[in-house]
Amino acid sequence: MIAIIDYGVGNLFSLQSSLKYIGQEAVVTADPETIETADRIILPGVGAFGDAAEKLRNSGMAEIVTKQAKAGKPLMGICLGMQLLFEKSFEYGEHEGLGLIKGSIVPIKGAVPDSFKIPHIGWNALEFRGRAAEKKEPLFKYINEGDHVYFVHSYYGADCGESTIAVTEHGAPLTAAVADGKVYGCQFHPEKSGEVGLNILRAFCEI
Amino acid sequence: MITKRIIPCLDVKDGRVVKGTKFKDLNDVSSPVELAKFYTQAGADELVFYDITASSDGRKLFTEILTETAANVFIPLTVGGGISTIEDFDRVLKCGADKVSVNSGAIRNPSIIGEAAKLYGDQCVVLSADISLIDEVYRVFAKGGRENTGMEAIEWIRRCVDMGAGEVVVNSIDTDGVKKGFDIPLLKKVCEAVSVPVIASGGAGCIDDFIELFTEIPEIDAGLAAGIFHFREVEISDLKQAMAKAGIPAR
Repeated sequence: MIAIIDYGVGNLFSLQSSLKYIGQEAVVTADPETIETADRIILPGVGAFGDAAEKLRNSGMAEIVTKQAKAGKPLMGICLGMQLLFEKSFEYGEHEGLGLIKGSIVPIKGAVPDSFKIPHIGWNALEFRGRAAEKKEPLFKYINEGDHVYFVHSYYGADCGESTIAVTEHGAPLTAAVADGKVYGCQFHPEKSGEVGLNILRAFCEI
Repeated sequence: MITKRIIPCLDVKDGRVVKGTKFKDLNDVSSPVELAKFYTQAGADELVFYDITASSDGRKLFTEILTETAANVFIPLTVGGGISTIEDFDRVLKCGADKVSVNSGAIRNPSIIGEAAKLYGDQCVVLSADISLIDEVYRVFAKGGRENTGMEAIEWIRRCVDMGAGEVVVNSIDTDGVKKGFDIPLLKKVCEAVSVPVIASGGAGCIDDFIELFTEIPEIDAGLAAGIFHFREVEISDLKQAMAKAGIPAR
């Protein structure tokens, strides 16, 4: 069973539907016991970092998710959920994240030439890095380098060093996916990325 | 590099897909859920569901159809038609829509754009504008293209983007249904005026019309069409191949 963390942000209909579609049982929950008994955890999220980080902490979910991840349970953050795994974010001020992935969240603006549109919205190709480039990344076992996934974001993960497993080109190589052990983050939306996205979720369910 | 999106639009009335020429004379085409699945497999990058129902029964049918589609199709879904309040946004987002497009609702009450952008983010709010060239000035039309608002179109679009619209769909009334190509002069003007993604709508009759669009206006993000896809005059898979051959980034 997959626990989708419920901390009051975002619309989880598509994520739940996509997991059901690939034959997985998924529950949207904020119940500590359910999360502890789950086989894996997904941390969703849309909106602004500061607000979401506060909700994650105030709901007690930050502590539970961190504890489970540190105990080795597979965890995937999606979009803002990925960004929350980082040490900090500079979206409207400076905010602390969960610190499960090295690096910080910074604006795309300034990192890419002015002619590139922000938000970065649409389908873009994955270029493998780190352990994915060495063909050792189980998350990507059902997809190929160059496959397209769907992005919607104005900020991205920087300085994540060896945690980067995929980037995408939008005037500069932007972090598309990160991993540290069994902690994963996808900047794109696998639940909105057609068959490629479903195959990433399928692989995550086998980790 | 980000790819150019191809977006089939499904006009839905009483739970069925219809397509009118110049917004009139509607014909029943097919089941929205089946069409959505077909397009996704063919390589559509996104789908637009447009609710043209006026009755509350029809609206209920629409949300049922939307929910069923979102449970089976995993690409971005944009919903439009009859959106004029935050409750309308909430209703369709809960059924699985990713973005919501406002047209007449924003003309009646422009503040809806800012309110929705604040609640759901800019990326969720799509401005859809029906535009026609009247005495050499582009004007915004309301009520499905039937009523000239008198507003200058480029200024209106710029204002909506400033308020928080994260994307703009430009429907040219003058080229819609004519199948002789997109309204290149109008679309160029819009792309010069705003920096958010612009989606071209109205006028596509064949594959070459899309190639012309993306070649003439490299800034344009997406091409939208309905009838030519529904009647299979253009196959999305062929279109994608032709785009790749022409050097246009395609998925």
